[in-house]
Amino acid sequence: MSIQDKVIEIIAEQAVLEPSDVTLSSTLEDLGIDSLGLVESIFAIEEAFDISVPFNANEPSASDFDISTVSSIISGIQTLVSEQA
Amino acid sequence: MKRVVITGAGTVNALGHNVGQTLEAMREGRCGIGPLDLRDVERLAVQIGAQVQDFESEKLFNRQQIALFDRFTQFALVAAREAIGQSGLEFHGDLAAKSGVVFGNSGGGMQTLDENYRSVYEDGKNRVHPFVVPKLMNNAAASHVSMEFNLKGPSFTVASACASSNHAMAQAFQMVRSGMSPVMITGGAESMLCFGGVKAWEGLRVMSKDACRPFSANRNGMVQGEGAGAFVFEELDHAKARGADILAEVVGFAMSSDAADIVMPSKQGAARAISGALENAGLNREDVGYINAHGTGTAANDKTECSAVADVFGPHADALMMSSTKSMHGHLIGGTGAVELLACIMAVRDGVVAPTISYEEADPECAIDVVPNEARDATVEVALSNAFAFGGLNAVLALRRF
Repeated sequence: MSIQDKVIEIIAEQAVLEPSDVTLSSTLEDLGIDSLGLVESIFAIEEAFDISVPFNANEPSASDFDISTVSSIISGIQTLVSEQA
Repeated sequence: MKRVVITGAGTVNALGHNVGQTLEAMREGRCGIGPLDLRDVERLAVQIGAQVQDFESEKLFNRQQIALFDRFTQFALVAAREAIGQSGLEFHGDLAAKSGVVFGNSGGGMQTLDENYRSVYEDGKNRVHPFVVPKLMNNAAASHVSMEFNLKGPSFTVASACASSNHAMAQAFQMVRSGMSPVMITGGAESMLCFGGVKAWEGLRVMSKDACRPFSANRNGMVQGEGAGAFVFEELDHAKARGADILAEVVGFAMSSDAADIVMPSKQGAARAISGALENAGLNREDVGYINAHGTGTAANDKTECSAVADVFGPHADALMMSSTKSMHGHLIGGTGAVELLACIMAVRDGVVAPTISYEEADPECAIDVVPNEARDATVEVALSNAFAFGGLNAVLALRRF
């Protein structure tokens, strides 16, 4: 499974949607994912890819990790996975 | 209704091993936060905290006691010894039968849990020390205080996360105010700075890795502390009859529940607790000179709290001072309201308002006088102490200069 498909699967599970309902341009807010849901999704992503995502709920925009859309999350994960490899 | 006064105070926390040291540190704006010294700290993402330094258990307790007392119980006993010692009270006969201990605590004996989980899970041991249960139960602190001081009245532990101490002190206040008990020992204790305790908080991603900067625009989370605060709440006539030194009067309280979200704070819930405390105490908004904020240093709490204060106080919000002493002693979770009440006593009794230290950048969403970085001399008639817990449970106390 590609990184993109896996991230979408995790986000869809959190949003209680089918992966096909999650588009690259969706925002977490569109999907009904609140702050706890976001923290839980990041945890699932870290576990799935064995990476550490630099995300502090107090300053979501402070790190390079951009959570504004599904597509930005995926590219952030791709960068972290490649840096780790 | 009886009037309720505070005739003794005690503490141990990262700022000091007693009230004198703690208030001196608050006056000087000293920071008790530093690198954590605990086992496996290198596996933690958050490596700072406000630990109690140089706490010499073996000088304070005998070997049998140490075997039976988790660190949070030890903190509670040290604080209670100071508070009861200051009050000059001894508990015998009818006074002993009616006086009790209501203490706040959230995690119970976390050090004991951490050590023993390690022992059975990591080290594979199949036997634990016989006192694990009596050490880790979260009423252990209240129970040991009752035993050491012969307090035979109503005693129990209150757990409402970060509001535990305020709920406990509000409960003790009601018991004295209603005439049920002439004296109650109250406050709170916590010791969660162990590997598992910090790791659990890390998971929520609300902890700062560098400093606790409440209300500052560049704040990035809370920092955990540990310790205890204890107070003697005494019925006024009882205190006067024996010529006790009165530190302050407790004049009111309120509790409210957000009934909304398990972690996100609610402005309405906080505002109802603050306005409820004023109403319960029969105070006007203009009477309040100082608020010891919940002020955790998280993005969500600080702006919600400032907004709640603005709603309740209207134009008077611009005239009052509100500081977060968590910037100095960290967030003691279930013990935090007890240590923070000391700052309220200092404000009404000594006319010194503790600062919010590590304050660097004004935040338009926290447009209130947060007493940045330096303590201030001021005459404060009434001080409030806010606590707004995870779970949406809020408790606010009101103290008046006596």
